[in-house]
Amino acid sequence: MTKYIIRRLLQTIPVLIGVSILVFSLMHLIPGDPAQIIAGEGAPEKTVEQIRERLGLNDPIHKQYLNYMGGVVQGDLGNSVRSGRPVVDEIKTRFWVTLELATYATILAVFIGLMAGIISAVRHYTFTDTAIMIVALFGLSMPNFWLGLLLIDWFAVGGDWLPAWAKLRPSGWGDSWRQVILPVITLGTGGAAIIARMTRSSMLEVISQDYIRTARAKGLSDRVVTYRHALKNALIPVVTVVGLEFGGFLGGAVLTETIFAINGMGRLTVQAINTRDFPIVQGAVLVISVLFVFVNLIVDISYKLLNKRIDLG
Amino acid sequence: MAETILDVRDLRTSFYTDEGEVKAVDGVSFSVPKGKTIGIVGESGSGKSITSLSILRLLASNGKVVGGEVRFKGDNLLAYSEKKMRGLRGNKISMIFQEPMTSLNPVFTVGQQISETLIEHQGMSKKAAMAKSVDLLKLVGIPSPEKRVKQYPYELSGGMRQRVMIAIALACNPEILIADEPTTALDVTIQAQILGLIRDLQQRMGMSVVLITHDLGVVAETCDYVAVMYAGQVVEYSDVRTLFRKPRHPYTIGLLKSLPRPDADQEKLVPIHGTVPSPLHMPVGCRFNPRCPAATDLCREQLPDLFDDGEGNQVRCWIYNEQWPGEKEVDVFGEERIARR
Repeated sequence: MTKYIIRRLLQTIPVLIGVSILVFSLMHLIPGDPAQIIAGEGAPEKTVEQIRERLGLNDPIHKQYLNYMGGVVQGDLGNSVRSGRPVVDEIKTRFWVTLELATYATILAVFIGLMAGIISAVRHYTFTDTAIMIVALFGLSMPNFWLGLLLIDWFAVGGDWLPAWAKLRPSGWGDSWRQVILPVITLGTGGAAIIARMTRSSMLEVISQDYIRTARAKGLSDRVVTYRHALKNALIPVVTVVGLEFGGFLGGAVLTETIFAINGMGRLTVQAINTRDFPIVQGAVLVISVLFVFVNLIVDISYKLLNKRIDLG
Repeated sequence: MAETILDVRDLRTSFYTDEGEVKAVDGVSFSVPKGKTIGIVGESGSGKSITSLSILRLLASNGKVVGGEVRFKGDNLLAYSEKKMRGLRGNKISMIFQEPMTSLNPVFTVGQQISETLIEHQGMSKKAAMAKSVDLLKLVGIPSPEKRVKQYPYELSGGMRQRVMIAIALACNPEILIADEPTTALDVTIQAQILGLIRDLQQRMGMSVVLITHDLGVVAETCDYVAVMYAGQVVEYSDVRTLFRKPRHPYTIGLLKSLPRPDADQEKLVPIHGTVPSPLHMPVGCRFNPRCPAATDLCREQLPDLFDDGEGNQVRCWIYNEQWPGEKEVDVFGEERIARR
């Protein structure tokens, strides 16, 4: 097991290098001269030249990359070209906000998705199954900005039960858990629907396997057969989806953050793109990507825990 | 005949599909004497596996036992509650299956899968159950059982896995072992080993065995009694010597004629023409009549009962009934038969 984890860890190194190259290239892939874009159209040549000098754009490209990576390794992602503050500081608080939001949304999605999927599979082709799957189809098809607006209308405007936006504190969400509820539901619903459908189909496939018949022939109760023998096998594809969903929540929280006025990574990135603040965009994308790589690593380790035969090393 | 431990009477099992009701088992009767082996033989689709699953009530959700009785030591299992039934499965009546490769759960160790039964039925502690699992692996002839008990099914060969299945089935000293084609998926040499193992353990533990197979060679070697199934029904039931020496149902005769036997002076193998009828469109009358060389109008109109010869041997064929309209001597697959009475 330890050997497997070490091997998988080593395998992430080339991925991370690839990610860093892509992120670094971002600035150079944009058509035109980045310095000119940052300075704005019609800016004097001198200003543009200054910016170019400051960003080190006159150096050969490999040197620029090495300089950038040298900084990254030491925790320096450069400075915002707008505020002049270090990118790390800009990202820090917002990162935890988004991570927390994505984590809660994942927990919600896994909990509801698994329950619904298992119930559906155990009672397949009954009314309960059909009802759950129709609700899941709604959850899947509903754009989350629309769901967010609906929730605000029902719970914040209509009923005044829950806050419509999140008041961000320097330390993150703070102690007011109530403001987390609506954003988490908004973000997690689609994931819950996908996990429910995935769990159902995976469980149905497993339930028809020979070893499930063996388990029943041993005289085990339906509960044990479903939750011990079937679920552990059915979880493997579900774990993949959960990993992907979590990654998706991290990078895709933009709409939810915008609706609920949450100052998270998504909003930060969008604002940075609008103001052409390249270092911030690079930093944000890099952090999210690295996190995504590690989420996938955790997924692979979970595979191994679920089924010892799997070897991705 | 020894004391009867399991008595199946007129068992009927149907599956409900989009195309309609499929009568997979339609009036199956046989009995299992204590400590003996009964073989259930038949082609694919004759309903032999469904019969065994019906006994333990392990049918898929669209299948249902619609009639008959399954008496285990006098009690009708079909009237048991699901909970009572669970207490029986894997405990008093165990089952092993055709596919050792897929019949074990891939995500649990061999030891976990054996001890589960012991914990469930005998209330053993995990530790005691694991120790017993090692003994059971030893019993079924698995070398270095202490190591194997911690392994996963994928680390074992097909023959090994079937041995593990047998260990699971025998964990609680069952009174009946139902073996559904236990050797079909295995190499011939391994087949012999597994059959030998079952027979050996049967003698040691005194249990009865219901062996389901399509292989008449296996039947000849291991069984005391045989029920031959065709299209969801038992067509002949007798002790194994009688069946091989004096087969009576034309289908049984046909089966034996199509089999190469070193002891008989066969010039060539005689095939049974035609195919097994679809359970959705069963022929009227005797189900074998479209393929039977001796079929008469009576056979095409009326389904014969299982006629008993007074010695416990039964056959579902009009030839052996006084209503038989044909000749006294009937030629069936080159074998001359004389109608009784």
